[in-house]
Amino acid sequence: MRLQQNEVLFLYTLRLADDALILGHRLGEWCSKAPILEEDLALTNIALDMIGRAEAILRYAAEVEGKGHTEDDLAYKRPERKFYNHLLVEQENGDFAHTIARQLFISTFEYHLYTALLKSSDENIAGIAAKAIKEIKYHKKHASDWCIRLGDGTEESKERMQTALNDLWMYTGELFEMDDINEWLHEGGIAADLRKLEGPWKTDIVDVLAQAKLTVPSSGYMQTGSRKGIHTEKLGYILAEMQYLQRAYPTAKW
Amino acid sequence: MENETKLKHFESLIDADSNIEPRDWMPEDYRKHLVRQISQHAHSEVIGMQPEGNWISRAPSLRAKKILLAKIQDEGGHGLYLYSAAETLGISRDELIEQLHSGKAKYSSIFNYPALTWADIGAIGWLVDGAAIVNQVSLQRTSYGPYARAMVRICKEESFHQRQGYEIMAHMMQGTPEQQEMAQDAMNRWWWPALMMFGPHDTNSPHSGNAIKWKIKRASNDILRQKFIDKTVQQAELIGLTVPDKDLKWNEETKHYEHGEINWEEFQSVINGNGPCNKQRMENHIKAHHEGEWVRKAATAYALKQNQSVKQ
Repeated sequence: MRLQQNEVLFLYTLRLADDALILGHRLGEWCSKAPILEEDLALTNIALDMIGRAEAILRYAAEVEGKGHTEDDLAYKRPERKFYNHLLVEQENGDFAHTIARQLFISTFEYHLYTALLKSSDENIAGIAAKAIKEIKYHKKHASDWCIRLGDGTEESKERMQTALNDLWMYTGELFEMDDINEWLHEGGIAADLRKLEGPWKTDIVDVLAQAKLTVPSSGYMQTGSRKGIHTEKLGYILAEMQYLQRAYPTAKW
Repeated sequence: MENETKLKHFESLIDADSNIEPRDWMPEDYRKHLVRQISQHAHSEVIGMQPEGNWISRAPSLRAKKILLAKIQDEGGHGLYLYSAAETLGISRDELIEQLHSGKAKYSSIFNYPALTWADIGAIGWLVDGAAIVNQVSLQRTSYGPYARAMVRICKEESFHQRQGYEIMAHMMQGTPEQQEMAQDAMNRWWWPALMMFGPHDTNSPHSGNAIKWKIKRASNDILRQKFIDKTVQQAELIGLTVPDKDLKWNEETKHYEHGEINWEEFQSVINGNGPCNKQRMENHIKAHHEGEWVRKAATAYALKQNQSVKQ
């Protein structure tokens, strides 16, 4: 089945939006649970950036789709198999080290992705990237600083940080997967060539882990599936919670 | 003799409506009263994040989720200013948190009630923050400088909170019958606890005497409560909500609403630890604090290493 141009673009914008939406959800779960009040604010502030970005991209996605949906329809009424966020962002918060490892991996990826998208020939995407990149720089710095602090802190923090990096490493391969949608949109100058981002991403990660006196996890089997809407079992619970009111009261406006 | 001179100077500053600053001499009871009040205020902001945080993941629109996240961050930020204000009185944040965990320090009892439906997020913003503002506006003129300045900043944000809460309620009252029922139910459950936030009647208020004399407190519990009732009843009527008080009536002579008897037994019972969520709120705070201990230790250890390497 050959997809139309706007269907391809729609699926691509969902991928960008869903990463922000689902990660925003996870980070919001830290409210009143962080190690110190300042960090409670930092994590929920990143969550707020993510939800804001998701909203902007979904609004554009709804426009591209052209079926009269709103950004909320796309967030709250899509089923599991039509979510396209990377498996990495739906992983549970775990301890603080796991949240930092997840954030380090994704924010470093987003830094390179959105830098490339600044030059997207789609002006909506370029515009969203221009706003997002400022936030992402802070997210990346926040995660890198904490990774270094925990890696070079105490024996316990070092061990926890290393475990977290090792646990989540298998979700990083997927970030750089190119499928037909990426290829087509890359040819059209709209999307980034993800293959070219892997090198700079790895360089940044190796650099942070060296400063943190931690070991880069050895490459092994990489999980995959999100490009096709195949997720880990965790996504269903996120959506059950997130979409509950909209699904329980389908005629209500909030 | 020396202390008497200092006390006279202190009292003259109070009489002249000047602020007392951290470097100024102050009576020990003044300091104690402030530490108790500011820390209770700070802890209330922080514990107050829990009932609202409970709804971040279920907020029914992206806009609502953003507003709620921003609001809760404001509350946390207020907690930070207030902890800093308390620290100017010679007590550390660690000590303040320890007092919270041991039960020596209190937080506002209102946060021991559960946020059960989305309408509760509206009711908390509108009624709970609405009641808090009335109190905080009067505290902008409190005699201790750092506390007064914190209040000025906090009041600006609180009025946004109250408006967003009222907007949720107004929106739901224009919605489906189920939404209207949800809104009224939240009103029924939050109205009386919101009135209790102002504390006991003036005739029965244990901390008011010196606090009024030293201008820590600028208006009495009953006066503030009345202000809140007068402005809120009209707001409720405007959107079709019923105030759950059969004795509520307008007094043409005093130009104030008269209200029914507050259930002081419930008030005391919740203060004494028997509210629906006292145990849960405290356990959550203690658990997060303990689970985060290794992170704080790591940050301290790292900072120490950095300092040492700078010195070498």
